[in-house]
Order: sequence, then structure tokens, then C-alpha cells
Amino acid sequence: MKYPLTIAAIALAALMPPAEAAALRENGDPLDSARWSEMRKAFLAGAPVLFDPRVKVIAPSTAENPMQVPVTVDATALPGVVEVVVFADFNPIVQVLRFFPEAAPAFLGFRVKLQQSTPVRAAARTADGVWHVGGAWVNTVGGGCTAPSAAGGSKEWQQRLNEVSGRQWSEGPNAGRVRLRIVHPMDTGLVAGTPAFFLEEINFTDTAGKRVMRVQTYEPVSENPVFTLNRGEAAGPLEASGRDNNGNAFKARIAQ
Amino acid sequence: MKRLACALLMLLASQLGAADFDYRLAAVQVAKDVYAFIGKTEDFTTDNGGNIVNTAFIVAPQGVIVIDTGSSLRYGQQMRRAIATVTAKPIALVINTHHHPDHFLGNQAFADVPIAALAETRNGIAADGNAFAENLFRMSGDWMKGTEVQVPSRTLSPGRLDVAGRSLRLVALDGHTGADLVIDDEASGVIFAGDLVFNGRAPTTPHADVAHWLAALDRLEALTRESGFKLLLPGHGKPTSDAAPIRQTRAWLSWLTAAMRESAKSGLDMNDVLARPLPAEFADMPLAATEYRRSVGHLFPAAEQEALGGKP
Repeated sequence: MKYPLTIAAIALAALMPPAEAAALRENGDPLDSARWSEMRKAFLAGAPVLFDPRVKVIAPSTAENPMQVPVTVDATALPGVVEVVVFADFNPIVQVLRFFPEAAPAFLGFRVKLQQSTPVRAAARTADGVWHVGGAWVNTVGGGCTAPSAAGGSKEWQQRLNEVSGRQWSEGPNAGRVRLRIVHPMDTGLVAGTPAFFLEEINFTDTAGKRVMRVQTYEPVSENPVFTLNRGEAAGPLEASGRDNNGNAFKARIAQ
Repeated sequence: MKRLACALLMLLASQLGAADFDYRLAAVQVAKDVYAFIGKTEDFTTDNGGNIVNTAFIVAPQGVIVIDTGSSLRYGQQMRRAIATVTAKPIALVINTHHHPDHFLGNQAFADVPIAALAETRNGIAADGNAFAENLFRMSGDWMKGTEVQVPSRTLSPGRLDVAGRSLRLVALDGHTGADLVIDDEASGVIFAGDLVFNGRAPTTPHADVAHWLAALDRLEALTRESGFKLLLPGHGKPTSDAAPIRQTRAWLSWLTAAMRESAKSGLDMNDVLARPLPAEFADMPLAATEYRRSVGHLFPAAEQEALGGKP
């Protein structure tokens, strides 16, 4: 091996199945992106980094619609995730979102606007301060970030801004799952004459007021964002609340 | 050794085919005075240059009626030359069945004759034509050289159309796109179905309204039950003398919408839906996997919104 693993990585590897342990690496971007070192500096500076197959980024290898590229981050195989940052190396706005799982499994589905073919990465920080990085290449013809939102062409969204529709599943193979959609143009500011206008923060709390998950969203998240969470076994309604960068707040109850 | 030489020759021939940008269009007579150019059941590639669509022409008493013009200027030019080898009659009218680029980007080669389409098709070509063409430059490469959008100059209305001594029945339907023209050539019994019908190739859905499409298929199937019916020419895939491709298209669309609705209801995320396997019935259909992935992008968001209880 060209680069020796640190003691921390060796200790980690000892706890994993051999195939996964073999895939652990500290150097040499598995996605071989020219921007990796910049990404590392921007998001993970000063902390140990491991490319870790337990952080799964699921996305189509070719995006049919660059405005709505589905991305699922599943770091549930990695214990003790405190924070997950999602970024796309070659997007004009690189940072997509951050989420803090708190009382929920480290799992989030969403959609993103991509301007060109790029790695989409998730870096999951565990309590020991190590960033575990996973990712996938998505090929796209582009235009996702500099194309106007559909809302730009109509005024109807203004009456429905921040309208939340959502549902929880308590039975079947997807029991514990929460899905929601928020009406918001998520304008990137890269379209001439349309300033950046996007959701910045979404908090999920249970009926006892305990926070289940916190999500910070940025411009590349798709228009009218749709999120998929796995709540685990917790029961009862979930409250979603948040605000955009213009201070428009919302609060909605997602029934079970 | 002989086999190797043969393979090499074939390889060479296929290379030449791409290098000379010749679609090798051969008019197939499908009925008396009716001819078709049958495209491959493939996606656009730099090998096929976009020869993936069916176009046709009717040799009417006073001239030729052309139905769709293919996916590039070169296709249109070569199609026109191929028509001239069949008949010396002048082109009387060109009709575009709908506003998808493989059906109208050859219009340029017919710029000197009237080109007609339904009003919404004309509007669609004017609005989206350039974006479609750009996309095809990317997918088909140099085959597209010189291709520019030629918007139809005339508007068609549903009903009877008398042209060049032939009487056509125009049926305006929709569902594959916002306006899908079906041409019933009663003299020959040929129904030109456009892309409302795919035969042996998974349907495409970028502008689909599936409920309308299914209703359109019912109308079409009724047309095939009329006494004069002889042949159905789909937009993609082989012509047939029965309604089987209509039923095949219907089966695909019905399965697709049910799959979207059921996936959304059971809480699947779009990536979960993309990962669903195709049913055995469609697994071997050309482009089934590709079109399924595309269709999830086109159709799942609406199904999802319904399941989440949001307003459309």
C-alpha cells in the first residue's frame, strides 16, 4: 500500500468486515476528481479523512433531468454519525446541504440541481472527529443551476410558499419513513435578474419537542424540495419547521 | 479465417456507413401508393445518426404527401432523394405528426413546399425546437450538421383534408405530447399513428399525459376495427396489420403509471423507484430499462405529490 493507514484507521478497520476494511483509504480519491483536494480543504480542513464504503451515496449514473437529480445518503452502517455534509465538486455552488441526524438514523433522500457531470459526495463526521467520505459520479448534460425555476414563470407559488405536504409510514417495508415536499423556488441567484432565494434550515421535532433531525439546505437543492427520512421506531406526528434566506418561516405537522 | 475476413468487412462497412453520413434509407411499400422508411428501434447514437424513427409518404394522384421528416437536415435530404427514386411527382404537402425532433428536423429539406401540423405542434416546434436540436447535436454528432429548425408554415385542423387528389381523415389526439396527429388514409387503409404507438420499443414519455394517452389509444384501436383498416404504422417499430402494438403500448403505460402510484403510496424515494426491476413481460423490450429510468423522472414527481397529499 502506497500510503500507510493511521493507527485510528487500523483500529477502525479491525472492526469492519474484510471487504469493507479493504476499501477504507485515507488518500487517493476513489472518484479521481481534479477538485478533491480543494473540496477537502473547503469542507474537511484540519480533520482526519477516510474514504469509507459505509457512507453510501445513491444517485443515477446518468441524470435524466439535471434540475431534479435524486440523491440518497445512507450512512446508517457507520455508528455515531454527528453531521453529514453533501457537496458536488464541479457544481457552481458546491455545497448542497448539511444534516445532523441527532435522534434519527444517518439517512436522507433529496434532489439536487447539477450544472455538469460531477461527483456527489457525502462526508459523515463521527464523534471522534473523523470525516468518513462516500460518493458517486453523476453524468448530466447540465443546465441545472443556471436554468430558471418553474416558479420564475408563474406567480402562483407566492401564495403557496413554504406549503408542506408530507406523510409518515408506520407499516410495510418502509415503516418509520417520513417523506415531505415543501413549495419553494430554491432560486440559485445564478439566473440573471433572479436573486438567490432558498430554504436554509429545516428542523424535525417529535411531539415531546425533542429534535429528531436538523437540516441546513443551500441553493443547489431542487425546486420544491422533497425529503425522505428514516425515523426509526419513533411514533407520533412529526413537526417540520424552518425558514428561507429571506426569513419566511414555516411550521407543519406531518401526521402518522 | 473466412469468418474473420467477413467480420472485418462488416466492421469496415459499418465504419463507412458512419463516415459518409448515409442513412441508407430504403422506401418500403406498405400498401398501394404508400411507402415507409422504417427506423431502428434504438436510441439516438453517433452510429445511427438518429435513424430511429418511421417516416412515410403517400403517392397521391397529383403529388406526394410526406408524413414526418426524420431527425436531421441530412435525413430530410436523403428521404427526399429516396422518394424521387419511387415517383417523379412533386411533393405536395409535408405533415409533422407531433413536435418531437426525430419527426420534424428534416423539414429544412422541404422548405420549398408547404409544411403543416396541428396548431399546438407548430407552437411546440417554435418554442422548443432549438433546444431539441441542440440535444440531438449532442447525441447524434456530425450527422446533424447544418440542421436548423423549420417551423411548419400551415395549421391543420382535425377532419377531412383533401390534398393532391387524396382524401385524408385527420384525427387530433394527445397524450404522447400535447398534440398528436393521427392520419387515416382511407384509400389505402393505412393508419399513421405517430408516436402514440410504439412497436417492440419502449415508449418515451418526456411530454406525456398518460391518462390522455390511454384514451387516445382507445380511439386508435376503434379506428383499427373499422372495415377499411389494413395497416398500422407506428412512430417507432414495425408496421402491423393488427392492433397488437396499440395493446403493447397500452400495457406498458398502464404498468408504468400503476408502478409510479404504488411506489409513491408505499413510501419509496425516487432512487428506490429507479432501482425497481422491470417485470418479465417487458424485460427484453428494446430500451425498456432506459425509458423506464427516464419515465421515473418524468412521471414519479406527480405520483409522489398525490401520495403526499399535496395540491398538484
